[in-house]
Parts: sequence; C-alpha cells; structure tokens
Amino acid sequence: MVKEIERYGLPVVHMCTIVPISLTIGANRIVPTVAIPYPLGDPHLGEEKSKNLRRHLVEKGLDALQTEVDGQTVFEE
Amino acid sequence: MSKIKVVHYLNQFFAQIGGEEMADMEPELREGLIGPGIALQQALGADYEIVATVICGDNYFGSNLEEAQSRILELIKPYSPQLFVAGPAFNAGRYGVACGTIATAVEKEFGIPALTGMYVENPGVEMFKKDLYIIETANSAAGMRKAMPKIATLAKKLINGNEIDLPAEDGYHERGIRVNYFHDKRGSTRAVDMLLQKVKGEEYQTEYPMPFFDRVPPATPIIDMSKAKVAIVSSGGIVPLGNPDRIESSSATKFGKYDVTGMDRMSKDDFISIHGGYDTAYILEDPNLAIPLDVLREMEKEGQIGELANYFYSTTGTGTSVGNAEVFGTEIGKQLLADGVTAVILTST
Repeated sequence: MVKEIERYGLPVVHMCTIVPISLTIGANRIVPTVAIPYPLGDPHLGEEKSKNLRRHLVEKGLDALQTEVDGQTVFEE
Repeated sequence: MSKIKVVHYLNQFFAQIGGEEMADMEPELREGLIGPGIALQQALGADYEIVATVICGDNYFGSNLEEAQSRILELIKPYSPQLFVAGPAFNAGRYGVACGTIATAVEKEFGIPALTGMYVENPGVEMFKKDLYIIETANSAAGMRKAMPKIATLAKKLINGNEIDLPAEDGYHERGIRVNYFHDKRGSTRAVDMLLQKVKGEEYQTEYPMPFFDRVPPATPIIDMSKAKVAIVSSGGIVPLGNPDRIESSSATKFGKYDVTGMDRMSKDDFISIHGGYDTAYILEDPNLAIPLDVLREMEKEGQIGELANYFYSTTGTGTSVGNAEVFGTEIGKQLLADGVTAVILTST
C-alpha cells in the first residue's frame, strides 16, 4: 500500500515495528515504532506518558515527510 | 554410527505454548522434539535425531532482532548441532522473518546447513532466499505434511554433500545462484532458437532472467507542514464497532474508509481492531496506539499541520496478498489525491 500510494507522488511515512519488512516491501521513509501490538505509544507507561511517546513518534513521522531522501531511509532516534 | 544432531526452531504457536498472548515470550530451549518436530523427525529418518527445540515468541523476535539471535545461538551451542531447521513458517510474516534471521545466523555461526520453509509471499522469502534454502510451502499449516519431507530431503542432500538440483526440482525458492554446466547446443545456437521462438510468438524460457526491483522513487518532501493536509492509513485492522464493511481478520480482500469528523481522539467505544495477526488487547483499550488521532488533532489545533483529513483508511495486513495490497494502495492513493491530501502516515502493527 505504501508504494502504490507513493506512486501518485504523495509522500508516505511508514510507521512500523518490523523495519526489515518495510525495507523489503520498498517503503522510502520509515519510522520505527514501539512494538507490534502497540506501535504508537506504550500502555505500560500510563496514559500520559504513552501519549507523549506517541506525539514524539508522530513528530518524527512528520519530520520524515519534510526530509528529502534519495532512497529508502530509516529515521532512527 | 552416531546420529546426526538436529536443532529445530519454532515460534510460540507451533511449540503449542500459546497464541498471540504468548508472542512476547523470550527464547527458551527444550530437549527433544515438539509439535512439527514429529513430522520432521519422521521425514529425516533414523540416522537423524532432533536433540533440542528452541522456541521464541514472534513479537519478541521481531522487536529484539539482535538480542533474540545472540540468545538463541547461546542456547543451542552446547548441543553442537549438525543441522538446523526453522519452521516452516508458511505465510506468517513475523515468523518467516524470525526463521530466516535465525537460520542465517546459525549457518554463519556454526557453519552447518540451516534451512526453512515459507509460502512464496512471505516477506521472509524476499529477505533471505539469497542466503538460505527456503523450501516452497503452502500458505497455511495445512501444508505441513507436504513441506516436511521436502525439507528433510534437501537437508539430507546438504548433509551428505550431494548435488543440489534446480529450484523447481528440489522445491526451494530460487536463490539466484548460477551453476556452470555443458549444454549440448552452443550459446549462439540457443540464442537464435530463442529469438525465432520469440518472433513466432511461441513460448520460450530465458536463460538469464533480469532481476525485478519494484521500487517507487521517493516523493518530494513537504515544504511547509503547516499547509499540508495529512491523512492516516493503517494495516492494523482498526474498524468501527461492528465492522460494518466486514473486513476480514486475515487475508483481507477489502479496505474501509472511516469518518472521524468532530472526534478529538479514537475512543474504544467507537472503534475496535479485527486484526487476527497480533494480540489486540492494547489497541482495543486505546485505538490511538494504531491511529494517532489524538496527537494529530492537537497538532492540527496548534497549526503544526494544515489540516487532518476527517477519515482514515484501514485494512488488515496479516496474510493479505501482495496483489490485494497493491489494489488497495492504488485505490486509496487515488481517493487521497482527489481529496487534496498531500502527506500520508501509514501505520502497521
């Protein structure tokens, strides 16, 4: 899906936990997330901290969408 | 003669420990064989013995790739295995990645044959077929009975140093390895024959298939996020209560578009996950973990993004064929473009 959407020229950031799969399918902008059953946040931290973590990750995703890349790029910490 | 010592790798599910709720389990070793190991032992025969089975949860492996590998290597070292078999993983993506990763690591660390089995669309095939013999299997565990004898036959060939046949004959995914041999016709004759077949419109088989890299060039970045219209797409199986479009919990054939007008966050009273490939307990409690509506609404209010599309697109990623996913992407992209969306966040579980 990432690739077919991006084919229209729309930048897509793929936010996912298993980065190697994302690299295999061909996502260009990849932001690693927390865990498979809770990618954006961490329920063990409590609601507020989980949300802060989510905000941080989404900000990273938006940064990735504003970054020029010439190939597949993983946006690590 | 002493028996060839075999170590087998399984995930929590095939080791009969549990389903998604046990997917976080850390690597563990059991003496002897478990579950699919019975079929493997039978197929390998009396000269082989499965001395140990190592088990790891799919989520643990996927989230701790490096650590999972080193711990598993430590666990199996005392058994001095001579052969390593992982899975087979069929069409289970996380399991496939785990099987491919650990088999590659074992082969490198101990210098022994290591092999696994997967369905052609398992992402693990694309990732590891160059490094490993991956037996081609059906897409579900129903294919176990057929898969194990193929794995065993190839394993024995590797152990005995016999010649490995072409991928189609030995039943493994093509590795892109070229082997020299003498053909009874010389190259120029074969080339002209092939050309004539092509001209006549007959079927012909190339001797040198071109690698197929389906890559999409990265789209140009957003210059000013405060003017962008952002949309969320997810493969995490998040749908409104009652799943109105009846999206499948595995092997999806459709996607849905769901309205979030006037919502500040994803409420568990409105949305659920029907995804059958991970433990949905956390997301059922807080769907924002997959669809980050709460923080994107905040950022919309703060002016950090121009606008958030008042909907999200959703499907189930697990077991879904590449062909279907392409169709979903093409259709979703078309609709997003028509709605003036300029940037997309796609979340996966």
